[in-house]
This record gives sequence, structure tokens and C-alpha cells, in this order.
Amino acid sequence: MSDDPRMSGARAAPKRRIRLSWSDPAFRAIVWQIVIAGVVVAIGWYLFSNTNRNLSARRIATGFGFLDRVAGIPIGESLISYNPAEDTYGRALWIGVLNTLKVAVIGVVLATLLGTVIGIGRLSSNWLMAKLTAFYVETIRDIPLLLQLLFWYTMLQGLPAPRQSWRIGDAVFLSNRGIKVPYLIWETAHTWAFYGFVAGTIGTFLWNRRANAAQERTGIRPAVWPVGLAAMLGLPLAIWGIMGAPMAWELPVLRGFNFQGGGTVSPEYFALLAGLVLYTAGYIAEIVRSGIQAIAVGQWEAAGALGLRRGAILRHIVLPQALRVIIPPMTSQYLNLTKNSSLAVAIGFQDVVSIANTTLNQTGQAVEGIAVIMAVYLTISLSISLFMNWYNARIALVGR
Amino acid sequence: MTRFARWGIGAPILAGLFAGVLAIGSARADGSGSATMDATRAKGQLACGVSGQVPGFSLPDSQGVMRGLDADTCRAVTAAVLGDAAKVKFVPTTAQNRFTALQSGEIDVLSRSTTWTLGREGNLGLNFAWVNYYDGTGFLVKKAAGVKSAKELDNATICVQPGTSTELAIADYFRVSKMKFTPILIQELSEIQGAFLSGRCDAYSTDASALATFRFSQGPKADDLVLLPDIISKEPLGVMVRKGDDKWFDMVRWTFAAMIVAEEKGITQANVDTFLTSTDPETRRLLGVEGEMGKALGLDPKFAYNVIKAVGNLGEMWDRNITPMGVPRGINNLWTKGGLQYAPPMR
Amino acid sequence: MSDAAVARKIPTIGAVAWLRANLFGSWVSTAITLALGYIVLRVGIAFVDWAFVNAIWHVPYSKTGIAETAVCQNTKGTGACWAVIVDKYRLILFGRFPYDEQWRPAVVIVLFVALFALSTIRAVWRKGTTARWVQRVALAGAGLIVLDNAVDLLLIVASVGFGVHISDPLAPVLEMLNTIGKCGLVFGLLLLWPAIGVWVATLAVIFMLMSGGILGLSVVPVDYWGGLPITLILATFGLAFAFPLAVLVALGRRSTQMPAVKTLCVVYVELIRGVPLISVLFMASVMFPLFMPPGINIDKLLRAQIAVILFAAAYLAEVVRGGLQALPKGQTEAADALGLTYWQKTGFIILPQALRLVIPPLVNTFIGFFKDTSLVLIIGIFDLLTMGKVALSDPPWQSFSTEVYVFLAFIYILFCYGMSRYSRGLERELNSARGR
Repeated sequence: MSDDPRMSGARAAPKRRIRLSWSDPAFRAIVWQIVIAGVVVAIGWYLFSNTNRNLSARRIATGFGFLDRVAGIPIGESLISYNPAEDTYGRALWIGVLNTLKVAVIGVVLATLLGTVIGIGRLSSNWLMAKLTAFYVETIRDIPLLLQLLFWYTMLQGLPAPRQSWRIGDAVFLSNRGIKVPYLIWETAHTWAFYGFVAGTIGTFLWNRRANAAQERTGIRPAVWPVGLAAMLGLPLAIWGIMGAPMAWELPVLRGFNFQGGGTVSPEYFALLAGLVLYTAGYIAEIVRSGIQAIAVGQWEAAGALGLRRGAILRHIVLPQALRVIIPPMTSQYLNLTKNSSLAVAIGFQDVVSIANTTLNQTGQAVEGIAVIMAVYLTISLSISLFMNWYNARIALVGR
Repeated sequence: MTRFARWGIGAPILAGLFAGVLAIGSARADGSGSATMDATRAKGQLACGVSGQVPGFSLPDSQGVMRGLDADTCRAVTAAVLGDAAKVKFVPTTAQNRFTALQSGEIDVLSRSTTWTLGREGNLGLNFAWVNYYDGTGFLVKKAAGVKSAKELDNATICVQPGTSTELAIADYFRVSKMKFTPILIQELSEIQGAFLSGRCDAYSTDASALATFRFSQGPKADDLVLLPDIISKEPLGVMVRKGDDKWFDMVRWTFAAMIVAEEKGITQANVDTFLTSTDPETRRLLGVEGEMGKALGLDPKFAYNVIKAVGNLGEMWDRNITPMGVPRGINNLWTKGGLQYAPPMR
Repeated sequence: MSDAAVARKIPTIGAVAWLRANLFGSWVSTAITLALGYIVLRVGIAFVDWAFVNAIWHVPYSKTGIAETAVCQNTKGTGACWAVIVDKYRLILFGRFPYDEQWRPAVVIVLFVALFALSTIRAVWRKGTTARWVQRVALAGAGLIVLDNAVDLLLIVASVGFGVHISDPLAPVLEMLNTIGKCGLVFGLLLLWPAIGVWVATLAVIFMLMSGGILGLSVVPVDYWGGLPITLILATFGLAFAFPLAVLVALGRRSTQMPAVKTLCVVYVELIRGVPLISVLFMASVMFPLFMPPGINIDKLLRAQIAVILFAAAYLAEVVRGGLQALPKGQTEAADALGLTYWQKTGFIILPQALRLVIPPLVNTFIGFFKDTSLVLIIGIFDLLTMGKVALSDPPWQSFSTEVYVFLAFIYILFCYGMSRYSRGLERELNSARGR
């Protein structure tokens, strides 16, 4: 409506001078803004000066100098190397950030998958399926996440000890120390195979575009999947084979107290991930369901009349439209999951909150510790928001 | 009508804010001798920081009454200042907010199994008034693991609370011994104990006292757990007060001294009244029958009598809270019995 | 028609038809039904066995009053040990509240439930005739409370004015809040807002019941409060106080006249929504004492409450803003055309309509915060979940966490399910009303 040229002329108020009178709303607005801003600044300054006075009176150290000091605190799991005797608080906190991201990224992917499945399950024509998924969604959303995390963590501790662990051959072990999996000894051939995979993916993508173009032109779509299969799977395998097909695994071996070697998924990480995924999936399911339901039945029927199959309708007609409804609430669920990962502190997964917490406790610098936590989460939240806004804009309905 | 209503709501709000501000102002105005003591007396309540989660030290029973050595320490100090141990206010603190709580005045005494270290006394603006438990970092393991010494813990997974002096002590110990360990760090006490019991960790490390009470509390299963003989650090657990109020510091210190002297003399909660007629000069001074010992501290002359009447002597406190946990008194005994608790003379 | 044809004839109504349509429609559906049915039966039977058939409700106690849980240890894994709940339910529900006075938190819980239930009745929210009876009852009480207050107020003003020492700097402030609350009740009723009157009155009564000191109730300091009342107080008071703030922030964020105010509101909302609740709680727990001038201490619970209020306000502001945005522009323009001032326009035209739209998301936000209050566990406040953990710290019961967690989950589900049912009912009603 605002694009209407007839309106815009009438809308733009003529520029006029502000009268210094209380009866002029513009003047009043300025006065009020000065007053409100003044009050906020005054409160802020008051708190700041109090804090400063208190910190100096109690001889509590300030500043971020501690980031360069040797930490000395032990850390359980870390994506990068860490030695408490040498490394600094700064590196310890960075490990925390990486751990947070490790949970958040994988959590978002899994929660989306599970949530979508459950959301579609709620719309199933199978009564049992629909009721069960509805029951799941209702129950999981009514229990505090913290309680769920504590519950899962306790459950995982009920697993057998390393010596009695459940195993698949000599390779995979499941015990209360976590899941132990073989660790591939990485060689150049693997790196090249990986490059091959990347090249294959790009190739498949390009072929797909060509197929689309061909379909537009001729109405016949060249088959995509054989090419994709060959490029994404065949190419890396071929490269790997040519380079001698190295395949050496480092198996986890029970030695002394614990398994040595191999890769680990710790119970703390697993409990946190499971709790976050199961909880968030309950919300995502509802978003997906309402997104699909928001698409008018006419769309299904019209597509059906054109002779499309059900799967094709869902993929080409319904989902693209539903996505527009789904993306904004989904974004806030992703943000929630990321923020909720801070509950790790209760079950001993060392995310950024947990490490910052220990740091502020050992250094006595509470203000800086909390500032670090907030800065990290603000950065992550803003990044996710920006990305999802970009994606949302990309898939948004193009105005005619 | 509307105007009346608007003022009708506004007036009490304004009056309330005004009165509140005035009240805060007036409360800050006075003060003599020990500010903390004056404030405590005026409130009729002593805020004492405890953990509220550790059996034997401070844990509410099924009726919600706080029990334990740390809790009784709070009661003793309260009895000394206010004459009535029931006027204590237990403030549960976490390992994380305990120091700020004391610094900011939310609590006046911190009795939460806190280790006396140079760093803490130097950096935090706090003082340790007395040690109510001489402790050290130990390890608890499952008997089934067959471990006999801490030296055998290479590559073990160890459960420990983050942000404690234990955490640093273990890191140091393993570094010096050139061993490796995987830490499991959980803030929540019950959670970390659960993790150890379930076998998530090979060893649970904290103050040996807490390990012993924890082991004992397992009842018939206690025999499955072994407390390793190695004590890898000194952990004197003390009672803390703020710096800058010496009288308050003195009060806490001499409350302990009084309880120790009482034990030396055999004065107990039950028989303290019979000692009022004693002829022993130190006993008479202790109980305020003779002299003005309490006055010098800014306390009631009978402060020690009140303390003993409320919680008994140091040994009784121990027997009530720690003995049921199956921990021998060891170095926490009186100096006359081979321990470290030694009171300066009350004279 | 042959017999075989009759037998094969597919019924279109009745149980069999229903089964065919909903459970065995196709071979995929049949497979799903069979697989899920098997799982449900197995899990269901296992749960019933664990929770009821093999459950143990009582354990013997030793002479010193310590529970002997050997019986429970033996059935661990096959049967629930509800004895831990029997032993500890009062500790979990009421915290460290003095044992003989625990009827007070119990009444408080009932009052909260009644308050929620009453709020779902439409008539209570409407001005006018249907809720007159509520007013009459409340007015009678209010008169008494006003008298009581006038005396309180006089006493406080006098004591401050004449330099009488008031010990706890917070006491008069709390007293004042109490007084303001009660006065608010009276005026709320005078302005014929029965709902607000009822809310204020109930919250005031709840506060009085918990803290005591009135009508011969013994005083119970805040540090003895715990369990379910704390959870309810944090969530309810949190939202009740956050709401006015949220409305202001939402209005500020939509302000076109005041860019500075708009910026402030945007920064506030985005800052709070960008960080996790526990970082705000940490702030309240560790940093807040440093913000205050020396000598002023604000109770830990009150600090957490303030944190919850500030946090909730940011989320509520977004909910309210949604309602404001959903309102057709014509409403504003019509109000402007009538020459209404900003506050008249907002108070009489915009907000009443916008807020009605946002009741369902408002209830959902409340459910969210009801659950999220459990995070105060991390800063050591004794809410329902924390009391559950405290109960589990007792040595004999240490290994029965599953039972306690199930009990806690049951309580949370009870409250959340009730509220979400209500919000969904409202939503359906709103949607159908809009469709008409």
C-alpha cells in the first residue's frame, strides 16, 4: 500500500521547525528521550561505579590479563590439544567454545531430522503412529530440559563397566565410559579420496543443474542418480584404490583402567546431545506439522490433478512452500538449542559455560568470566540469526 | 474518579519508595566497634554460609533441619553473638558463589569446608578465623579395581568437583608423578557422587573427610569402596570472615577456643550447669562466672556458656556429626591426645 | 450374492471399519501398527511391572530413624522404590519450611492452582456483572486489609521519620511491596478489574502465608522457603512483574517518534534473547552483589527473581510485539483520526485488542518459564528440582534417582499439560472466531 504513489505524497509530512513548547509532540518526544536515556545512563553509571568501588575495596583483580595466565585446570574432552601445565585460560576457554559448537551443530542437524520425522508422523493416517508421536511431543515438552538431562545422564551411568562392556566384535564398545569406536589411521590416500568426494559432489550438483535445464528444454529429464553415484562414491573409491587402498584401524583396547586408543563419545556429551535433540525435536515436530498443515489442501489436489505422485508433490510443491512458514520459528529453535547447551554445566560436559565458571572460580574474576560467556553466546546467536535470515530471504516468495 | 484512582495508586508507591530509601539510609548510618556484630544484633539473626549438601557437614534432614559440623559451627558462633543458636540463618552457597556471598555481606560467616590457602586469604579480601577440620585430598576407589596406592592411578578417570582446590591439587599431583588422568568435572555434588558409584570414574577425589563420610554413608556397601592411604595435599578447612572487622574475627576465633577449652576441662552440653559452681579459675573465667572475658570481645560475659549449652564442646560436635560417619578423629583431636586442636589460654 | 462375497464385504462403520481405516489401511500402515504396537505393549508392561507390580512403598527404619533400604536395593531394576517419595515428599514439595508449619506452603500451592484455574474462566476477565460476586467477597477482605495497611504504613513512616532503627534494610521495602500490593488490590477492585484484583489479592495472601508475621502466623524467613512454592513463585511473580515491563518495551520498540528509546529497547531485547538464562542467573548470583553499594544485600531468591523478571520481559516483549503487529493498521489510523493522544490510543484501542490476540503465546511463554525456573538449581536455590536433588543426597536414598526424577517429571507434566491444554483451547477458539 505504501508503494501507492497517490499515498506517498500525502504521507510525507512537510519539514517544519520544532517549537520549544510542551504542546508540540516532537518536542515532547525529544524531552522524553533525553529523560529516559539519562535515567538509563545514570543507572548504568551508578552500577558501574559501585562495581568499581567494590572491586577495588575488596582487592579483587580486574581485567582480562588472566587469559594469558597458565590455567592449571584439568579438562576432560577437547578437540584441540591441551596441557594444564602449560596452556592458558584463554586456550581453555577456546576449548569450551569448540565443545559448545560441537554439541550445537550436531544437535541442530539431528534435532531437525528427528523433529521432521515426528512432525510428519503426527500427520500420519496411521492412528497409532499419530497418537504416539502426539504423546511424545506433549510429554517431552512438559518436562524441564534440565531434569531430562539429569535423567539421561543417570541412565547412561547404568551401562556396564568397561570390562563387561557390550561390544561389536573387537571394534565397538559400549560401556559407562562411553562409546568407543575404531579410529581410522589417516593417510594421504584418504585425504585425496576426500578431495575426490568433494569434486564428485560438485560434479553431481552441476549435472543436476544440467538435467534441470534439459528437462525445461525437452521435457525429458536425464537420469541423475547413476552419475551422482559414480561421481560421489566411485571417484573417491577409485582414487583410494589407485593409491594402494590403505585401511588401518586403531582399535580401542582395554588396558589398565580404561580403553586406550580409538575414538570416544563420552557419556556426558552423549547425554547432553540426546537430551537436547529429544527435547528440541518435540518443538521442531510441531513447527513442521503446522508448516505442512498451513499449505492449503488445494495445492495437494491441484498437483495430484497434474499427475504428480505423492512424494513428488511433497518434495516439489508442499515442502518449498511450507519451508517459508517453517524457517522463522525453526531459527529460534536452533537458537534455543544452542543456548540450552549451556546446561552442560549440570552434567559435567565442559562447554564454554562450564569452563568459564571454573575460571571465574579459580581467578575470582566474576565480571570477566560472565562477560566471556555472554560474548560467546551473543556471537553464536547473531551468526545463526544472520545465516537463517539470509536463507529465509533466499527462499522467500519473490514478489511479483 | 479516575484522577482519584491514579493518585490513590501512586501515593502509596511513592511513599513506599521514599520510606524504603530512608530506611536503607538509616540502617547504614550507625555503627560502633564491630559493624558486623552491630548489624547482626540489630537483625537478631546471623547469616552463615554452608553447603547444604554434604552429609556430616551440612545437610537438611527429613524435617528440613540443617545438620552437620559446619552447621553446628554456625550455631556455635550465633550462640556466642546472639545468645541463642536458633537465630542462625543458614544460607546455602555453591562452590562458586561462596566468596562473593561473604564479600558482599550476604553472609557474615562462611563455614563451608573451605580450604585455607594463601591465594584465598591474599586475593579475596577474606580471613580464615579457625580451622574446624584438618583435612587433605584423598582418593576413593572401588575395591574391585584392586588399586592399593594413588601411584597406580595412571590413565584413570577421576571424578572431581570443578572450581575447588582439589581440582588443582590433583592436576599438580599427576604432573609431578608423570601420570595421566581423565577428569570428569561436575559441579553438582550428588551428581558427581552418582557418577563415581555407577563406575563412570575409577576414582573419586575430594577432601578425605568428605570421602570417608561418603564411603560410610553407603552403609553395607561401604566395604566395596577403598579410601587410598595417600593424602596428596594439606586441606585445612576453615571458617571465613571478611577482612577489616577484627572484632568479628576475634569473636569467631575465640568461640572455637572456648569450645576447645571446654573439651579439655570435660565441660559438656549436659553438665555445663554443674561447672558454674566450679572452683577452677579458668573454668570460672570461661563460663563468665568470674572476670569479664566476654566483654573484651564485645560479647556477653557468658558467651562460652551459651555456646556450650547450644552445641557442646568441640568433641561433642565431632561425635554428633562426624563419628556417625565412621571417621576417626585423628589429627583433629585435642593436642593433649595427639591432635592439632590447641586453644590459647583464656586469661 | 454368494456367502463368500458376503464374508468379504468390507464394513464401512463400526470397530472393524475403524481398525481397517486407521491401523491396517495398507501394508505399510499394517507394518507400522504391528511394530509400534509391539513396542508399546512391551514398554507398557515393563513400566507397569516396574512402577506398580514390583514397586516397594515402605521400608523399615532403624532405631536411629535411618531408613534401611536393603529391600529396595534388591529389587532395583525390576521394581520402583516409591518409599523414597513416601519418606521425602514433604522435603521435596515444601523444602526446609518448618515441619509443623508446612500446611502453609501446601495452602499456597492450592492457591496458585486455584488462581490459574480461575484465570481460565472468561467471566473473571470481563468488566461488569458476571464477576460481581468475586468483587463483593474480595471487597470485604480488602476493607480489612486497608485498615491493617494504614497502620503498617504509619508505623513504618513513623519509625523512619523519628529515626527509629530498622534492622534489615530490606524489611521495609518488602513490607512496602506487601502494602503496595494490598493497596493495589483495593484500587484494582475499585476500577472494576476483578481479574487484576483477584491476582493481586491472591499473590498478597500467598506472600503473607509464606512469610508469616500476620494473623498470628510465625515468621518464616525466605531462606526456609523451598520446593514447589519456590518454583511457582519464581514463575508466577516473574511473569506478573515482567508483563508491564514487556508491554512498555514492546511499545518502545515500535515507537517511530523516539529513535533513542527504540534503540534501547531493541538492544535490551536482543541482548537478553541472545544469551542463555543461566548466564543471567550467574550474573544475579555472582555479579549482582558487586553492583550494590556496600551494606545493601538483596536476598538470593529475590536476585534470582529479578533475573527471571528481566529475562522473561524480553521474551514477553516479543510476544506482545507480535500482537501489536498483527493488529490492522486501520485501528491506529482511526484512533489518530479521532484525535486521541498516544496513551489514550494505546490504552483503549491498541493494547486491549493486541493483548487478546497474544494470550495463547503468553500462556506458552509461561509454561516455558515454569520449566526454566528449574535452572536455579545451578545457582543453588531450593526450587522443586533442587529439593529433589537434596532428597537424593541423603545416603540411604542415593541410588534411587529414577524414582525421584519420575516423581518430579510427573509434577511438572501435571502443571504444564493443564496450561497447554488451556492455551490450545484458546487458540482453536481464536482461529475459529477469526475464520467467521
